[in-house]
Amino acid sequence: MHELSLHILDLVQNSLEAGANDIFLEIIEDRPKDELMLRVTDNGKGMHETLLGTVRDPFVSTRKTRKVGLGLPLIDMTARQAGGSLDIESKPGKGTVVKATYCLNHIDCPPLGKIGAALKALLVGNPGVNIRYYHQVDSQTFSLSTQEIRGILHGIPLTHPDVLLWLDGHIRENLARLYGGVK
Amino acid sequence: MKTLEDLKRLREKLQDETRLRHSSGTQIIIGMGTCGIAAGAREVMTAILDEIAKRNLQDVEVRQTGCIGMCEKEVLVDVVRPGEPRITYGKVKPAVVSKIIAEHVVNGRIVEELVVGKITRDR
Ligand code: FES
Repeated sequence: MHELSLHILDLVQNSLEAGANDIFLEIIEDRPKDELMLRVTDNGKGMHETLLGTVRDPFVSTRKTRKVGLGLPLIDMTARQAGGSLDIESKPGKGTVVKATYCLNHIDCPPLGKIGAALKALLVGNPGVNIRYYHQVDSQTFSLSTQEIRGILHGIPLTHPDVLLWLDGHIRENLARLYGGVK
Repeated sequence: MKTLEDLKRLREKLQDETRLRHSSGTQIIIGMGTCGIAAGAREVMTAILDEIAKRNLQDVEVRQTGCIGMCEKEVLVDVVRPGEPRITYGKVKPAVVSKIIAEHVVNGRIVEELVVGKITRDR
């Protein structure tokens, strides 16, 4: 996986498999500080310390505990290669916070990739889950949540063709604005 | 800008349209486990959503799911039409999405050459 947005999809899938129905996804890009941070906070079932100690190990993860995510060892690797780190905080019954940091200018820092497409897939593909998104690039911010969108839609599904088109435009325009594209 | 205000206006417009049914529509389920993602599940999902918008399909439900246990057949996409067997398509690429939607989702004709599994009873 050569895009951070794919790692994000993977992290969210882990949260879903842990039974989370509220997932907070944060991306903070601080160019002056040369840092990019991804953080996924969920209200899933959490992990015991013993399991927590093994989730970075690709051999353990690919065997019995696979459900926890084959992706975590990959993220651990890409973060460390890019001068950053992976931090996981979790308690049974209390949910999990996974945070990965990267040095933006590091030659091995993967690009964010098609984050808009990933976000749209997450929002539309998970009825019954509240996904909150917060994206900051220096001082510009973009946030949205499924709860807010569903509140406006009064039961019209996010897969309604017209809603899909709105979502497309909304995400695209706001991401462009974050990076200084559109005013 | 496509703002939340636009979304409110859109909802009002849609609510007025009597053709908006809440029938039990077709479900499309995409495997988004680690290897599904690595094999291009996001692109397939994007293609499916684009196709739904383009063809103006009103009652298709799209959901993501985790590891299905057939890594070598990723990207896996299930199509379940109401009252019909659950069909699993394998090695789905964005290029074949429009065929699956046109043939199976819209017209009920299974795209046999892409099928990897059939479950008759809905789980
Ligand atoms: S993620 Fe594809 S089979 Fe497990």
